[in-house]
Amino acid sequence: MYHYDDFDRTLVAERVAEFRDQVARRLSGQLTEEEFKPLRLMNGVYLQLHAYMLRIAVPYGTLSSPQLRTLAHIARRYDRGYGHFTTRQNIQFNWIKLEEMPETLAALAETGLHAMQTSGNCIRNITSDQWAGVARDEIEDPRIYAEILRQHSTMHPEFSFLPRKFKIAVTAADHDRAAIRVHDIGLRMHRNGAGETGFEVVVGGGLGRTPFVGKTIKPFLHKRDLLSYIEAVLRVYNQYGRRDNIYKARIKILVHELGAEKFAAEVEEEWRAIKDGALALDEAVVADIASRFTYPDYETLTDEPASLQTARASDRRFDTWFRNSVAPHKVPGYAIVTLSLKPEGAPPGDATADQMDRIADLAERYSFGEIRVGHEQNLVLPHVAQRDLPALWTVLDAIGVATPNVGLVSDIIACPGLDYCSLANTRSIPVAQELTRRFRSLESAHNIGRLHINISGCINACGHHHVGHIGILGVEKNGQEFYQITLGGRADEHAELGSLLGPAVPYEQVADVIEDVVAAYIELRVRPDELFIDTVKRVGIEPFKERVYATH
Amino acid sequence: MTAPQQQKLKIKGPVVITGNRLGDGAVVYLTMDGGWSTQLNDAEVTTLADRATQLLSEANASDIDAVSAYVAPVIVEAGSIKPGNLRERIRVAGPTFALPGSEAR
Repeated sequence: MYHYDDFDRTLVAERVAEFRDQVARRLSGQLTEEEFKPLRLMNGVYLQLHAYMLRIAVPYGTLSSPQLRTLAHIARRYDRGYGHFTTRQNIQFNWIKLEEMPETLAALAETGLHAMQTSGNCIRNITSDQWAGVARDEIEDPRIYAEILRQHSTMHPEFSFLPRKFKIAVTAADHDRAAIRVHDIGLRMHRNGAGETGFEVVVGGGLGRTPFVGKTIKPFLHKRDLLSYIEAVLRVYNQYGRRDNIYKARIKILVHELGAEKFAAEVEEEWRAIKDGALALDEAVVADIASRFTYPDYETLTDEPASLQTARASDRRFDTWFRNSVAPHKVPGYAIVTLSLKPEGAPPGDATADQMDRIADLAERYSFGEIRVGHEQNLVLPHVAQRDLPALWTVLDAIGVATPNVGLVSDIIACPGLDYCSLANTRSIPVAQELTRRFRSLESAHNIGRLHINISGCINACGHHHVGHIGILGVEKNGQEFYQITLGGRADEHAELGSLLGPAVPYEQVADVIEDVVAAYIELRVRPDELFIDTVKRVGIEPFKERVYATH
Repeated sequence: MTAPQQQKLKIKGPVVITGNRLGDGAVVYLTMDGGWSTQLNDAEVTTLADRATQLLSEANASDIDAVSAYVAPVIVEAGSIKPGNLRERIRVAGPTFALPGSEAR
């Protein structure tokens, strides 16, 4: 966990006081909506279809038990008893009254949570690998650098009015769990030939109406140069990014139109002027930030203790969950546990206040008080002793977060869609719910293997449909809900955008079509362990198209 | 996509003016006497673009009661006003599934 200091606490408290005054002035009519709207957005407050929505940042997806309890309290006291974890490691509450927003933010501030920069044309919540600090394939904890970027970008005046919103993700593992290649800037820590640790800098990725996979403009950036180089990227964007057309304002458009090479040259020139100035990171600064991350006092344990083996042998349900939801930890005898927020028939990513409280308790008892939020809208307990897994599973199962479907066909990413969002033109959640019912058989889901379905209710792509193995995009046609299907997208280190299967299908047919696509895959795969995404890569989308459009 | 508030005014049938109540975001409708009600049946219905434009202009003139006002289609059946599309049906009735933790789930 990272421990905030007095400076952070004061900053957040002052912001709450400032917003309290702004809300009071709005409610009394001293501020017009036009004047107030940018102020509320700077504090994560949106107006949706039928209520205000508050988006709270969870920096690099790390939460403490007290923080999760605070979120449960917010859900219960100010909302309708639940919250929604998003694809950017935030949590959203859908029903908070503007009148109670200052109280809500004050309650959040008590545990170091806030909603700053979760909206607006600024640098948004810095995201990372939800397994950061514990993954076996990681070379260093990327959150130290995510935190440095968070501190540098918080209320940074030069980057508070960018041409458009700006999203940064950092990872330090071989396998990309943070979707860095579809971010405005993606940072991948790796080692160069000399064994030094630095960053591959990927720029101009993004989804939305014009999706791009990011381009590498700097294969290796020394750690000391992180802030100066990112600042140079942002300055080039600030200078050349289009402010005349909201649809062309993201950095991905600039990188595409200039070309990655020219863009990189512009950044290089800007960077040369500032790289040895105040932004150069010296080791003492990094060490200071790193020192404020505390790590568990792990016991000396061994992998696969006898009690775990016995439990796996004697309880098939436990064993199925273990194989699906438990991952190796870098410390022997420990495990990383993913909690599925995708039970059959439920809105993806939603957790009730009671579930949040129980998970906070379990984290305290079994995971050194730490919880993570992943971009796939699940939670993680990152430090569980393997001997405790049977006892932990019993409670997770009882509270409904132990569905062993992590990474499988029913582990669906979905945006809130038209059921909440004022930008959406079709629903997402009911489509996801129906698909979880169609694929309720866990045996079948395990036979299908890893398969990511991502659903967006409009072209803004908050449900990451472009990078779903199966992507589903809702479009409105003559007042009716239709859905375009794409195949072959992926958000990992081999990121690709999906290809359109064919004409959009009506709402009622979506689940049938997806079942057909999956059935076609089962027939087309050359062996049971050829993943859906690999089959699509091998055969292309034509065989799927023939199957689907011959039937529907 | 374009949010309703940003669309040009095109009227093909009966419409009302709707928005969200400032204090809590609740869905409200402009009434005959220029006030706002949470009940769609209280709304002033018009089929005339000029009248709708005028009502919208009046609604936007004061943003202390309701915000983000726009023109929404409705269906009038047997003296009862019903939402005219899916978006408006959701605004009246809420999400189309049982909310997490609710009894219905």
